[in-house]
Amino acid sequence: MNLWLILAGNSIAFGGLLFLLSAGFSLIFGLMRIPNLTHGSLFMLGAYFAVSLISWGLGFWPAAILAGLGVAAFGGLVERLLLRRLPGAELAQVLVTLGLSFMIADICLLGWGGDPISIATPSELRGASRIAGFAFPTYRLGLIVIAIVVAATLWGLVDKTRLGAMIRAGVDDPAIARVVGIRVSRLFTIVFSLGAGLAGFAGVIGGPILSVYPGLDQDMLPLALVVVILGGSGSLVGSFIGSFVVGFLYNFGQAMFPELAYVVLFLPMLVILVLRPQGLFGRVAA
Amino acid sequence: MRRLTLALALAALAMLPLWVGNSYYVNIASQILLYAIFALALNVLVGYAGLVSLGHAGLFGIAAYAGALAINNGATHLVAIVAALAATLVAAAAFAVLALRGTGLGFVMITVAIGQIVWGVAYRWISITNGDNGVAINTRPSPFGLSLTSTPNFYWATLIVFLVAVTAIAIVAASPFGASLRGTRDQPRRMTALGYHIWLIRFLAFLFSGLWSGVAGMLFLYYNQFISPQAVALGASAEALLMVISGGSGTLLGPIVGAALVVIMKNVVSAYIVRWNFVLGAIFVAIVIFMPEGIVPGSVRLARWCLAKLRPQVTEVTAAATPRPESGL
Amino acid sequence: MNALELRGLEKAFGGLRVTADVSLAVDPGERRLIIGPNGAGKTTLFNLITGELPADVGSIRLFEHDITRVPSRRRAHLGLARTYQIVTLFPGETLLRNVTLSLLGLSRLRWNPLVRLDRQSALLAAARQTLSLVGLDHLAERPLAQTAYGERRRVEIAMALAQNPKVLLLDEPFAGLSSDERRDVQLLLAAIPREVTIVMIEHDMDVALDFAERITVLHFGKVEVEGTRSEVVAHPRTREIYLGE
Repeated sequence: MNLWLILAGNSIAFGGLLFLLSAGFSLIFGLMRIPNLTHGSLFMLGAYFAVSLISWGLGFWPAAILAGLGVAAFGGLVERLLLRRLPGAELAQVLVTLGLSFMIADICLLGWGGDPISIATPSELRGASRIAGFAFPTYRLGLIVIAIVVAATLWGLVDKTRLGAMIRAGVDDPAIARVVGIRVSRLFTIVFSLGAGLAGFAGVIGGPILSVYPGLDQDMLPLALVVVILGGSGSLVGSFIGSFVVGFLYNFGQAMFPELAYVVLFLPMLVILVLRPQGLFGRVAA
Repeated sequence: MRRLTLALALAALAMLPLWVGNSYYVNIASQILLYAIFALALNVLVGYAGLVSLGHAGLFGIAAYAGALAINNGATHLVAIVAALAATLVAAAAFAVLALRGTGLGFVMITVAIGQIVWGVAYRWISITNGDNGVAINTRPSPFGLSLTSTPNFYWATLIVFLVAVTAIAIVAASPFGASLRGTRDQPRRMTALGYHIWLIRFLAFLFSGLWSGVAGMLFLYYNQFISPQAVALGASAEALLMVISGGSGTLLGPIVGAALVVIMKNVVSAYIVRWNFVLGAIFVAIVIFMPEGIVPGSVRLARWCLAKLRPQVTEVTAAATPRPESGL
Repeated sequence: MNALELRGLEKAFGGLRVTADVSLAVDPGERRLIIGPNGAGKTTLFNLITGELPADVGSIRLFEHDITRVPSRRRAHLGLARTYQIVTLFPGETLLRNVTLSLLGLSRLRWNPLVRLDRQSALLAAARQTLSLVGLDHLAERPLAQTAYGERRRVEIAMALAQNPKVLLLDEPFAGLSSDERRDVQLLLAAIPREVTIVMIEHDMDVALDFAERITVLHFGKVEVEGTRSEVVAHPRTREIYLGE
């Protein structure tokens, strides 16, 4: 019983992390129809940035935010200089985002070496808390809270602000959005930066649990894909629910069927895709 | 003119082990050829059918694993090859039925899922696949008594298979079926209205693509005498896709050039430049900026531009004579 | 026997009824014009007839053959052909190859992976012939990308004619054409033999009225007026629909 509860707790925490990672991907794909295969690298880059920032004396939280901003700026550059020239050119987008991920991976290897680096849990969230009579790492609880806060903020942004309205319009019908006067190109840069920044921030937040290591990008990218496919691209609710579903599938799958762990993860994704190509909540059929 | 170039290239390829002394480089050439087959197979879907698969390493790997398991269970090489290709065809049929439920990015995602499932099985079902440790085989085949254990012999065998593959794909590309396939890529709506069975055309293309991916997988198995989950991972599928896109999808020469680019970068350049991954990534980005259609079509365009600058009056003739990507090289 | 008969055809997207209880019958060899303001559901009607869109309710008959449940790809084999409002051709190919693809659609040859398409002389000759019907055989080897818009609209029509259809659906064949080009297309259409029944959607009233024998007026997915050219032109409802109610 203990084991199941701990697994469940870990699943929820992992789900929270996945949400931070995939919300950005979902927005980018939903609005810009770009499969951002650099997303895993942005996650990893944020974590590495934070490693350096922390080693220069910065606290965990300032480092997380700064790293996120740094990756957001980088993302904005990538969008303006590279992706903007490729509207609708699917293959070229795949080539360029994969090419960038190679470059980023190698730069990180050069800059931070090949050994895994752990990010220390911030002091205020060290240790364990008692929840319903069970001890549970406080940091993971904190992670869940962060995910919920970010989800609420994003939801508020998308649902209540003008920017959000423009994003929603762009997701529903980019052509009409342009006609109505929405500065789609500037919107794209903002959304891409936002998505990238979220990924970078997520990388830092995930640091105490996952560490940072070469190959982290390739481990995280498929998970982001699964979440967005399950939940439906362009849908924040979908990403939110999808993240926790994947969190559970991943953790319980590993524990219960170690021989078929990845099958447990990708089989539901396959089933849903085959039955409902737009995902659980998507409005855009992929 | 084109025939002469082709004949010369063929002769050079055939003589390769003779004029390249170092067996290390002959092995590189073998790798280029086998990956070129894989890239050409993938191109049948990506370039001709307009369907991007990010799970094709799954088919490549299923062939290799099936072959390895057959050999290690006592089968002769011939039986192993037939079994492996049969398994690949069955797998390709299954992949196709699932993946063709989606279009555009849905298709891509389904292939990712399938590829990951194949990788998951290879990685975790240790009792069958030996997991991360992979499966090794002891021997290479000896067709007609000629042992392929030596580097030049293996190269020549691979070259022959490569030539058969290229010929087969070229024939299909130039055939009515090939034209139908490209039609479904360009205007699926109209094709249906014209009486074509889009799903079936795509399904058959998938089988054809799977078959040659399996052939490449078996060559890979015999080359390394080893197969591991890494060959089935998402990265392997991505690499194959990059070969196709960087070289130029929808052409015959493009995937071959792309395969050469990636293999050379991975094996040769990596010995001199530690950050070869970065360089490869930068090359891909540069290709997107300067030659988004790929190296081969981009180079043709560049050559035409240069010719036009040098001899303006020749432009008309050149434009008419330049091979269109669809019909051949 | 009617060449084309629609009975009680309905199509709705969510709450929006795009085709509302449409019934019409076209005689063999007739030249029928379908008109109506934008959004009247004209192209949707064509999409229902070709099977691209499944009808919710109703039936479609082609020479007494009920094709309502027949898959879209089979309807071409039954003698139905259409052109599109937006030129829907194969951009990387020559005009000859474009028309050849159309001919190939009805031929068993389309499944053949072994022979060279370029060597199928009978097929290519027939394609060339179709191109000459629309006056473009001199441009047969020209890549589509290097042709003018007016020429492409004629290729659109050639694609449909190549299949020797019994019923030809033309979706705004005159759209965007200059007056010279329009005249060319008019002559082309006039030359189509009576074995082919033609149903045309058009906005351009000058050319369209010349062509039409009978006219069906659609509005908000419903058939509002139907009759001979003079009947429809004189009908007060027609004027109401076009000038606003």
